[in-house]
Amino acid sequence: MIEFHLDPRSGVATYLQIVQQVKESLRLGTISVGDQLPTVREVVADLAINPNTVAKAYRDLEREGLVVARQGRGTFVASTLAPAASLLHYEALRVELERWLEAADRAGLDEESVRALISATLRETLARRVA
Amino acid sequence: MTPPLHARGLGKRFRREWLLRDCTLTIPEGAVVGLAGPNAAGKSTLLSLAAGLLAPSEGSIEVLGRDPMREPSVLAEVGFVAQGAPLYRSFTVAETIEFARRTNSRWDKELVADMPTRLASRTKVGALSAGERARLALALALGKRPRLVLLDEPFAGLDPLAGREFLQLLMDGVAETAATVVIASHVIADIERVCDHIVLLTGGGVRLAGDVEELLESHRILMGPRRPLGPIRGVSSIVRERHSGRQLTLLVRRDGPIHDPSWTVERVGLEELLLAYMAPERMPESVPRERLPLRWHG
Repeated sequence: MIEFHLDPRSGVATYLQIVQQVKESLRLGTISVGDQLPTVREVVADLAINPNTVAKAYRDLEREGLVVARQGRGTFVASTLAPAASLLHYEALRVELERWLEAADRAGLDEESVRALISATLRETLARRVA
Repeated sequence: MTPPLHARGLGKRFRREWLLRDCTLTIPEGAVVGLAGPNAAGKSTLLSLAAGLLAPSEGSIEVLGRDPMREPSVLAEVGFVAQGAPLYRSFTVAETIEFARRTNSRWDKELVADMPTRLASRTKVGALSAGERARLALALALGKRPRLVLLDEPFAGLDPLAGREFLQLLMDGVAETAATVVIASHVIADIERVCDHIVLLTGGGVRLAGDVEELLESHRILMGPRRPLGPIRGVSSIVRERHSGRQLTLLVRRDGPIHDPSWTVERVGLEELLLAYMAPERMPESVPRERLPLRWHG
């Protein structure tokens, strides 16, 4: 069973954190088709959050076809996000990124600078794509 | 559908001083509302008006579609916990619950029995910790299966663990009863975990109100090198401007995406957003006052 955790400092809406954690678990294959998500009341009891927030997250996941709510029984995983091919891509990209990080290290960039450079580049790239 | 709480031009004067003035707001059904604001902003006054403990000096307030002063019967559907959770100290927990059962026209015995209050029924109220007393008062408010729950500074005097247990009990009650909840608190960190709607009062007026997610989505923090400020594409108004050395940090309301690469754009947390709206006086002289959205009713 998946267990949610919240990062109130992340600036990410609580319902989105739940959505992202379910998707992450689906991508990593730690939950799969047929598995049950915790009930709204279980999540509420565990995290002391608004039940509307949990319901909203589950509705979003249902709209995306990832889970299905069965009346009176709970919410179940309906499809997966972890096709084998994408995991292979991840690995190749991760190795490339590792090499890049080593190059950044050799160039004398500290962690903060690396983060700043990555987020600035990501932002510019996304902006170019939108434009 | 009738909103659980609706105020129009609501004001309350005490002698010559306005505790609340020109307050117009609507709270949507099923919302968990954080009523935020500094001390003396009018939060308790608003809740007392909603609970029928005070009569408005001007304007009107409707609770579940009715005027709580003229039709006090509506209060059977309102759970109210006043500041400090006042209870009879010489009663035991069980006696307090029995007393509430007999004095309330609506009472759900099973609901109360199933609540995760974690209280020993034979303990005297006077011997309970602040957290236990707060949970007992909340259980009494929820026991009538209210459609609207009003809580005035429920976290005052509670340590973080007791605060968390209180929230768990409250949210479990919301899951069970689908009640609308208004929680007044001057400590935003205490309520940001649960509220999906915010009403910010400052100086007796509504400064900001709306859906939390929409508010966070419509505001951003912009950081960049200090420079003369012109219009920024996507920014509709500047809420707060801060300089430190050569760095400029803006908290802005936006009406579109902000792609200007000279700014680092970040999301804003609820606490920081509300603090920015609470303290507009920190605006530097150089920024024209009309750039501030002075009042916004969501």
